[in-house]
Amino acid sequence: MNFFMSALKRDLLLVFRHRNDIINPLAFFLMVAVLFPLGVSPDPTFLSEVAPGVIWVAALLACLLSVDGIFRTDYEDGSLEQMLVSSESLYLVVLAKVLTHWLVSGFCLAIISPLVAMMFFLPEQGYFSLVVSLLLGTPTLSLMGAIGAALTVALRKGGVLISLLVLPLYIPVLIFGAGTVQAGAMGLGIQGYLALLAAILVLSLMLAPFAISAALKISVRS
Amino acid sequence: MTLEVKNLFCERDERVLFSSFALKIDTAEVVQIIGQNGSGKTTLLRILCGLSDAYTGDLLWKGQALEEVRDDYYQSMLYVGHLAGVKASLTPEENLQWMSQLDKSLNKCTIMQALKQVGLYGFEDVPCHSLSAGQQRRVGLARLYLSNAPLWILDEPFTALDKKGVSEKEALIAAHVHAGGSVILTTHHDLSIPNKTIRPVNLDEVAIR
Repeated sequence: MNFFMSALKRDLLLVFRHRNDIINPLAFFLMVAVLFPLGVSPDPTFLSEVAPGVIWVAALLACLLSVDGIFRTDYEDGSLEQMLVSSESLYLVVLAKVLTHWLVSGFCLAIISPLVAMMFFLPEQGYFSLVVSLLLGTPTLSLMGAIGAALTVALRKGGVLISLLVLPLYIPVLIFGAGTVQAGAMGLGIQGYLALLAAILVLSLMLAPFAISAALKISVRS
Repeated sequence: MTLEVKNLFCERDERVLFSSFALKIDTAEVVQIIGQNGSGKTTLLRILCGLSDAYTGDLLWKGQALEEVRDDYYQSMLYVGHLAGVKASLTPEENLQWMSQLDKSLNKCTIMQALKQVGLYGFEDVPCHSLSAGQQRRVGLARLYLSNAPLWILDEPFTALDKKGVSEKEALIAAHVHAGGSVILTTHHDLSIPNKTIRPVNLDEVAIR
């Protein structure tokens, strides 16, 4: 636990020293939200209809854009090698890294999502379901994205490959996430959707760190 | 404490680096790997650290296959590679705090003492990217003062160090070996360790080209 806390502290400190990493996903998310109505139609009924899908797709892409760099600098400056030759568990290091990524991407997106929902004229009763579905869904995106990032960290240009690897895994989260918001906006029950999102999260939380650790070992040792 | 490699075969880019190569490192020994650029020094060290799978052969730690005793091996081994794992945006103190967590070093001395030893006292709260190359190297090497691992694997530890820095590190290696530790290192520098003979392993002679 102590080790996990110091790994988390280090990662948060690193993010704090590179504030661009926090601003980039948020700026992307907000830009999509601002530009979409301008490009398609400013009609409130149309916007409130597409809001769940568009907000969720924007959040998903914002996560995907930032996940590429999650192990990059550690690979380039040799920190990753040191983590592999340590007797401390790689599982905890990986978990701290993913948690940090989520805190600066998914968590921040969820916090500002009501603002975006307002721009899309989402009915007020849907705000709660939007925030909760993003809070439950985006950690899964970070975990699965990290698998792709770990597999491609040794390649010089992993960006496109990462999307190909990870996007199929993102689809269930997108479907249930957007479904939650749609149901919430119409005033229907969202417990079923949330239970599914939570189940996906628990499953990936258990299994993804192992996959990430194994992928990092493959990337460094080959 | 012995690290042994037997029957090692390794090729890279269709060039054989080692074939039936054997090496044994005993307690209180300094082994210097020498060879020209591209002869496989770093590759050999990475194989010894378990950081490369691109080889065939047996790797034994205390007589057991390294794969099975990885945890025990990593507790007793300290690796400082070409890239020392020093984060440019963290200060030397923050870097060492993290590294000593990874090494599980049991406070042989405090981080401040280690920084003083490597001549970085007064620089402990300056981000590493504003330090010189030699000073950044010193941050990585400060771990040697903190760690209590008996086996050190050092890849070009003297790069960018000044003369005084090099002789301090030589004295440190001498003290480590005197206390029963072992060191495997690569360097192009003429190493002189007081009261200790260095076993050279020349890779130019073992390679088939």
